[in-house]
Amino acid sequence: MAIDFLYPQYEVVRNYDRCIACRACERQCANEVHFYDPEFEKMMVDESKCVNCHRCVSLCPTRALKIVKTDHTFKENANWTGKAISEVYRQAGSGGVLLSSMGNPEPYPIYWDKILINASQVTNPPIDPLREPMETKTFLGKKPGKIERDENGRLVPNMSPQLELNVPIMFSAMSYGSISYNAHESLARAACALGTYYNTGEGGLHQDFYQYGPHTIVQVASGRFGVHKDYLEAGAAIEIKMGQGAKPGIGGHLPGHKVGPDISKTRMIPEGTDAISPAPHHDIYSIEDLRQLVYSLKEATEYKKPVMVKIAAVHNVAAIASGIARSGADVICIDGYRGGTGAAPTRIRDNVGIPIELALAAVDQRLRDEGIRDQVSVVVGGSIRNSADLLKAIALGADACYIATSALLALGCHLCRSCQTGKCNWGIATQRPELVKRLNPDIGSQRLINLVTAWDHELKEMMGGMGINSIEALRGNRLMLRGLGLTQKELDILGIKHAGE
Amino acid sequence: MTTVQANLTYYQQLNEQIRAIDDSEITVENVIGQRYIGCGSSNHTITIHGTPGNGLGQYLSGSTIEVFGNAQEAVGDTMNQGDIIIHGNVGDACGYGMRGGRIFIEGDCGYRGGIHMKAYEQHFPVIVIGGKAGSFLGEYQAGGLILVLGRGQDGAYPAGNFCGTGMHGGKIVLRCDKAPAGLPPQVLVSPASEEDLKHIAPYIEEYCCHFGGDAAALLTQQYYVLSPNPEAGYHQLYTYES
Repeated sequence: MAIDFLYPQYEVVRNYDRCIACRACERQCANEVHFYDPEFEKMMVDESKCVNCHRCVSLCPTRALKIVKTDHTFKENANWTGKAISEVYRQAGSGGVLLSSMGNPEPYPIYWDKILINASQVTNPPIDPLREPMETKTFLGKKPGKIERDENGRLVPNMSPQLELNVPIMFSAMSYGSISYNAHESLARAACALGTYYNTGEGGLHQDFYQYGPHTIVQVASGRFGVHKDYLEAGAAIEIKMGQGAKPGIGGHLPGHKVGPDISKTRMIPEGTDAISPAPHHDIYSIEDLRQLVYSLKEATEYKKPVMVKIAAVHNVAAIASGIARSGADVICIDGYRGGTGAAPTRIRDNVGIPIELALAAVDQRLRDEGIRDQVSVVVGGSIRNSADLLKAIALGADACYIATSALLALGCHLCRSCQTGKCNWGIATQRPELVKRLNPDIGSQRLINLVTAWDHELKEMMGGMGINSIEALRGNRLMLRGLGLTQKELDILGIKHAGE
Repeated sequence: MTTVQANLTYYQQLNEQIRAIDDSEITVENVIGQRYIGCGSSNHTITIHGTPGNGLGQYLSGSTIEVFGNAQEAVGDTMNQGDIIIHGNVGDACGYGMRGGRIFIEGDCGYRGGIHMKAYEQHFPVIVIGGKAGSFLGEYQAGGLILVLGRGQDGAYPAGNFCGTGMHGGKIVLRCDKAPAGLPPQVLVSPASEEDLKHIAPYIEEYCCHFGGDAAALLTQQYYVLSPNPEAGYHQLYTYES
């Protein structure tokens, strides 16, 4: 219908002086934007199918292509933007729920960019990480509150199980199903090489990946997909997923058509059936119930593995975190509202939850105030974009960070935010074999190793600049941070002073 | 067979003790609410006298657990394989997310029984409830069988509210005189067919083996089958850019 017509968002600009009609673009585009017209002997496009993923641009041998945002426009309106109008048309035409992928793209404030880092000058001089040892090794888990001795005065080892991270960065939960086999293999191998961990998400663990178990965090979510004794035994830690930053308060739905033979095996559900993760765990309606699940997992694995609890950053996050710390969990993971997803209802992704910077500061402060900060480690995710975000998070009180969008970018993701279509041209968010094989796990894992190694070096350099040579001395060291252009309320929540103070 | 006296032993020590036993047959006596007994257990037969606490046989991986007494919450939660036989009633969230194995309950089952049960290949989970079940039975059911015999109910509907909400696989079979009314739109109700009766017969026989009763007589009575309604499934229509 004419009123449903939406002008394509992107235009494919082809320089015909350069185009040799090699048809590489056509072969590379799973969205079928490019096609060859034999009559005119030239390449043509249907830009309405373009998601702006740059696959064709990147592989054009003569650099004949570029994608530009269309300048076609509705009548300018600061309130009724083109996006707002188009969404109404789309919903009026279909009756459907708006679905989106990846993290909240809306122009809310980014607090990381309003926080500045300190450096030493005359006293407490800077340290050169290339010349002097710098410690970024991190242990996650409950720390004993006191030293215990037996009747002979000998130390009683009372340390709870810990995760040992060579760098304070882990790859956060992405299920096999939301991302491809090759993407999982890249993450798993990189985690092993880096001495850190990746997370299975709620998709079970593929038989081929049990070998990476010592660097795997296995997730238990409300659908309990793929959860069984061997799976729990396989991981280095177990994460209970209560919520996700991109879609707090709702569950998940992997449609049946995406549950192929291999996904069926790892999720342990029949092929072609819907995989529904209910919004709540129906055996958890309280902190006491959460404690019960935490301890059942500890019993099942004989108290050898830390149990983590992941929640979305929501309004009462500090009180919730306090409850989790008392539930017996060893690690609390908090996912901010910018966190990515393979698919989420747009309204929820863009309107529910709070920034991770504020959530982290509030949680760390609350746990300190209650004297229970040592009972848990705090891991944060939900848009850690670079090593400066990482450092600021640690200074605000995080023990380590989870990254996922950055990791996918390292694997070639161009943030076209079309994961839900399952036609990822970069072989990441797809299960189509011809697309999956475009991501080479040898190259993928190396690129992840490169990224994390570079961030680790930058982290050390910034720490050195502050005259700090151990991550322990940075953790929760908010005196190393200053705010810029923030209100007093924001500064109070972040627990930092304004620049110049 | 090795016998353990639970008495006032805290659950962590009790379970450690049970795990350390080098005997496939274990009897635990005087159990007074200790949690997580048989959690993740395989290749054992555990007999319990008394009242086990929450999380009995959670993640069970092939063992058989028989309880002479009532059980509490989360019996067989996320279990994968094995049998749990309860000579009494069970509490809430029994068999949550279970993928395989069987739970036989002589009496009643609390709220949220069998939520998100699912089947996979050779795994086919079954819960048999002798008496009645509380509300939310079989919500989000994705596979397997929940059978409620309604003994002592005089033919009345033996489950509660919201039975089978969000159901998208498997089936719930209820023994009652009249077709249950007021069920959620995701559920289709039909009288049990010959085939359905053939399917449930061995479970009824096994129930009677464990707890007594006349299987043949039970089988001649009226059963109703609740199955997912393909028209009103969990599908939601989405719309998105390109």
